[in-house]
Amino acid sequence: MSPSVPLQEMIRAIRSARTQCEERGVIQRECAAIRAQFRQADNGGRSHNLAKLLYVHMLGYPAHFGQMECVRMIASSRYSEKRVGYLGAMMLLDEKQDASLLITNSIKNDLSHSNQYVQSLALCTLACMGSAEMCRDLAPEIDRLLRASNSYIKKKAALCAVHIVRKVHELGELFAPAARSLLSEKNHGVLHGAVVLITELCERSSESLERFRKTVPDLVQIMKGLVISGYSPEHDVAGISDPFLQVRLLRLLRILGRNNETASDAMNDLLAQVATNTDSTKTVGNAVLYETVLTVLDIKSESGLRVLAVNILGRFLLNNDRNIRYIAMTSLQKIVGTDHNAVQRHRGTIVDCLKDQDASVKRRALDLSLALVSASNIRSMMKELLLFLSSCPPELRSQAANGIFTAAERYAPSKRWHIDTILHVLITAGGDVRDETVPNLIQLITNTSELHCYTVHKLYRALLSDISQQSLVQVACWCIGEYGDLLLRGDCQEVEPMQVCEDDVLDALETVLQSHMSSTATRGFALTATMKLSTRITDNVDRIRSIVSIYGSCIDLELQQRAVEYNALFKKYDHMRYAKKDSTHFCCCGVILFCSVNSFAFNVILEPECEQLTMHVLTLYGLTL
Amino acid sequence: MIRAILIFNNHGKPRLSKFYEHYTEDTEQQIIRETFHLVSKRDENVCNFLEGGMLIGGSDYKLIYRHYATLYFVFCVDSSESELGILDLIQVFVETLDKCFENVCELDLIFHVDKVHNILAEMVMGGMVLETNMNEIIMQVDAQNKMENTFLWELFIGIKPEIGSNFK
Repeated sequence: MSPSVPLQEMIRAIRSARTQCEERGVIQRECAAIRAQFRQADNGGRSHNLAKLLYVHMLGYPAHFGQMECVRMIASSRYSEKRVGYLGAMMLLDEKQDASLLITNSIKNDLSHSNQYVQSLALCTLACMGSAEMCRDLAPEIDRLLRASNSYIKKKAALCAVHIVRKVHELGELFAPAARSLLSEKNHGVLHGAVVLITELCERSSESLERFRKTVPDLVQIMKGLVISGYSPEHDVAGISDPFLQVRLLRLLRILGRNNETASDAMNDLLAQVATNTDSTKTVGNAVLYETVLTVLDIKSESGLRVLAVNILGRFLLNNDRNIRYIAMTSLQKIVGTDHNAVQRHRGTIVDCLKDQDASVKRRALDLSLALVSASNIRSMMKELLLFLSSCPPELRSQAANGIFTAAERYAPSKRWHIDTILHVLITAGGDVRDETVPNLIQLITNTSELHCYTVHKLYRALLSDISQQSLVQVACWCIGEYGDLLLRGDCQEVEPMQVCEDDVLDALETVLQSHMSSTATRGFALTATMKLSTRITDNVDRIRSIVSIYGSCIDLELQQRAVEYNALFKKYDHMRYAKKDSTHFCCCGVILFCSVNSFAFNVILEPECEQLTMHVLTLYGLTL
Repeated sequence: MIRAILIFNNHGKPRLSKFYEHYTEDTEQQIIRETFHLVSKRDENVCNFLEGGMLIGGSDYKLIYRHYATLYFVFCVDSSESELGILDLIQVFVETLDKCFENVCELDLIFHVDKVHNILAEMVMGGMVLETNMNEIIMQVDAQNKMENTFLWELFIGIKPEIGSNFK
């Protein structure tokens, strides 16, 4: 009896529940009834109960108590019970459950059943959830079925063999001969299964790959038959004869032709034929064309064919259908390493796709754009990428920001451009960059001594307008602390003149210290910067001293420690502060301070005069050089 | 390889869930919820491919989906499947359901979920595409349904399973 009727009643009852709580109640009652039924002896309604349980499982409620019932049902002799039992096994059992071993024997018996539908149930279940032991036990049975049965069973056995090979790689050897002989079948389902099996075998071992290279002529023959033959109603999908099989064959040919001249030669004509004759007005045709293009670009094809393939991709890129554009970009991504120049020709279209509304298309366009950046187009590409960054969806931001940094590092035409770009990214998407960005940027700035003045001015301005982006604020604070004297001097040529007095700078740093948006690390930077300024400014040292001492009683341990140590510096070494006005000494002190509180390994070049000062500072921190 | 096939309606209620890799029940429900969340945000005229869910398989997998009236048909596949091919497969699946149920609608899927599983089992097996010819699929499904309804079939059993007799 079909399990449907009582199942439908239960479904109706569940659907009539108006709240989640009511639904839970209905399901709990049903599950209790089902459990009671399972414990009873055989009754006519076993399959109904299991079917109900599976429905409940789909909705998300626990159903593990049905596992043993599945085992029992599989062993039953009634087809309807077997069917539901196997379905239950696929949904509820897996390798980790002990119950799955119990069905091995049932599957073995069913595989040699006289009825093909029982055999197919067993094959289906084995292919879905067969564990490695089950596969080892039953592999000879599958091999037998591959050779001597009807086409319905053969095609299922082929896919079952694929699953077995995935679980137990060594068994691939067992299936190779049978797979080879399956290629001479006429039934498309069997051919399809055979091609999938051969693909799996070739991907797993290189000996199989060598062996199956000899089948390339046969495969080409089959493919030609599909392409040239007239209209065949049973396999036709929108005018193309069995496109699924065509796609599989092309994929297998790709694997066989890779890095092999002879095999590739044998395929050239066929690929050219498919590429020119396939109708590309419908999705189906495009699927085949797309696969052909990928194959052409992956094997050792002749150059005329390659040009044809890239042109087809270019046509795809301009297609109105977004699916086709997405696919084109995915395939261009695969060849951008090998055929870089060919892909560069389509850069304009790809960059336009960055502005598409579809998030998937944007993602592909971003990946491809980052791959296309080179020394010659860096300026224009960066403009587009920065524009993209300001309006891109949040899930793509960190990828975009990091990609921009990598590109800028590799191809920056000038230091100033590099710094400008990084600052732009920090202002737009400072929250999404990686942690190493801050120290990397600081190192970059330190090494670009001619731009210190320009950099500190720019950062100061950025700080004034927005203190919410932590990375930006940290770098800005560090710069102000380090090059504050350049800022105060105010005679930079590259930016518009701006009068900055000591109070303004200290105001800015204090705002950062007091803002609730600043993280602890940022406050640390700001505090250190304030301290460093004490050696560079003349009038407001008292103000600095008071700021620093406030933090001597701060709750945060790190800040408190720093503040106390800085206070000590103020008291103990005040006489040394103005001893030598040579900026290297102050720089040296500042760098060591910076090193110790940020645990960096900087190379500090010490001059003999400041050695004494340095040693004092180091003892204060308990460090050695 | 196809990792999972999900059908759910516009409110996220699952109508069919078939996983070809093992996950715990909680993870399965989480996957269904996350997939619904990702797919329902999409506009009508964007492409049918989605990336970016974190649950199944990490970055190698894509969601290929089609929206028909009140139902979403979602296939989670990895990179070894042809994306356009899977789109066509979804179309073949829906057309087969239409033939089997006579103008299929969501209610048919709700009340006959076991039949839908049987049809799907003729098309996709172990995460791989088995048969794509609609007529062949329907023929096999009909034959199996006939077998279920034939009570006398039991009299013609070839080999009686040994373990079965212990459990009876």
